[in-house]
Amino acid sequence: MQVRAYPFAEPDDLGVNGTYLELQRDEPVARVRLPYGREAWLVTRYADAKVVLADPRFSRAPVMDADYDPPRTMPEVPGITTILSMDPPEHTRLRRILAKAFTARRTGQLRERAQEIVDGLLDAMEEQGPPADLVDALAMPVAITLISEMLGVPALDRVKFREWSDAAVAITAFTVPEIEAGAAALRAYIRELVEDKRQNPADDMLTVLVHAHDNEDRLTEEELVSFGVTLLIAGHETTGSEISNFVYQLLTHPDRLAELRADPSLLPAAIEELLRITKLSGAPGFPRIATADVELSGVTIRAGEAVFVDGLVANRDPAVFPNPHELDFHRPHNPHFAFGHGVHHCIGAPLARMELQVSISTLLNRFPNLELADDVVFKKGRLVRGPERLLVRW
Amino acid sequence: MSEWTIEVDRGACLGTGMCTSIAPDHFRLDDGTSSPVKARVDADDAVIDAAESCPMEAILVRSADGEVLAPQL
Repeated sequence: MQVRAYPFAEPDDLGVNGTYLELQRDEPVARVRLPYGREAWLVTRYADAKVVLADPRFSRAPVMDADYDPPRTMPEVPGITTILSMDPPEHTRLRRILAKAFTARRTGQLRERAQEIVDGLLDAMEEQGPPADLVDALAMPVAITLISEMLGVPALDRVKFREWSDAAVAITAFTVPEIEAGAAALRAYIRELVEDKRQNPADDMLTVLVHAHDNEDRLTEEELVSFGVTLLIAGHETTGSEISNFVYQLLTHPDRLAELRADPSLLPAAIEELLRITKLSGAPGFPRIATADVELSGVTIRAGEAVFVDGLVANRDPAVFPNPHELDFHRPHNPHFAFGHGVHHCIGAPLARMELQVSISTLLNRFPNLELADDVVFKKGRLVRGPERLLVRW
Repeated sequence: MSEWTIEVDRGACLGTGMCTSIAPDHFRLDDGTSSPVKARVDADDAVIDAAESCPMEAILVRSADGEVLAPQL
């Protein structure tokens, strides 16, 4: 069986590398080799992805074990456990502490605040006049402001963590020492904030985590810091990039944009479809390790073997999504994996949906003649993909 | 052992797979939405974990006397 070098090259736009689609059709369980660590499997079909993501016979924990030599993009095996490298019941213990803060009901209560933030940013952009870079004028500030307010990160500090975070989510865009320095700076920063919340408790998620550690013994100090870092990074890099990505997708699909402008009730379905089709991940994905022999599409995965799955590739499986490469706001059923599936399903999904709906609908309403003002170049070599700049005029 | 009842609001369920992964003995996904394997079960903390972790709060767990055990709002 051919062993392919992985991850595959990133396309210049938000599409999917053709090799994924060939494998999905002809070789749904394929062998891959990463720059470091043992060989792995790559699954590309929706049904197989669902098993790997949700079946308890697949585990995340061994990826922290140097003796296991997990497949990875960096020389070192990560030394710090995050919620993404934990299995139930440890994972459940951490997740439950903040699950309440992120439910659809609770994040729905933040919609007004999101609207206020978006309105303020668009006021400033309009005043400044065209052309404007939507990455800096809208997308990143919306996502950063909301997650910072939820976590309890002071407004003045938001500039400094941007740079650290940018390096911390790199795969090849920065050197390994730069990536490690970014991650270390973020940790030190969150550690400092945690100490501050101990002295000055507030109505925010870091205070909830501090309380869960200090008073309820539900997580360790290191788990607390890791959770804070993970939420800060995941809370803005992803949604911030997707706001820009979705504007780009709409401006380059004028028929779909016209359809959405003509019928604003399509907005929720449009956001789901954009989530499905936009290849946000630039990374190989987080491998799962089989704890028992499992058969996928006729291939036996042996206990101890690693499996990569990218939900955004599974989202293009024609067995589940007819005409999978077409942006279609009328799909009767759209069970996409943009937020993952199973225990690691994105805790911030309801928040992200709300931010995306508010940002995209407000932008379209305020600027009926919005258009791209320049060619768009997408960032590469990072966990999440998005434009370097998104210059628009109106 | 006390008996609990499990209800899933299939209209609210988004099929995240959270409950089926946390408590695979108690939930299954059909056609993209979750349903309890059995509506009445012996007390099991995994069921509470699943209900408390659901982002849609679509799982309701009650004790034998009807008291809501999860989710706590």
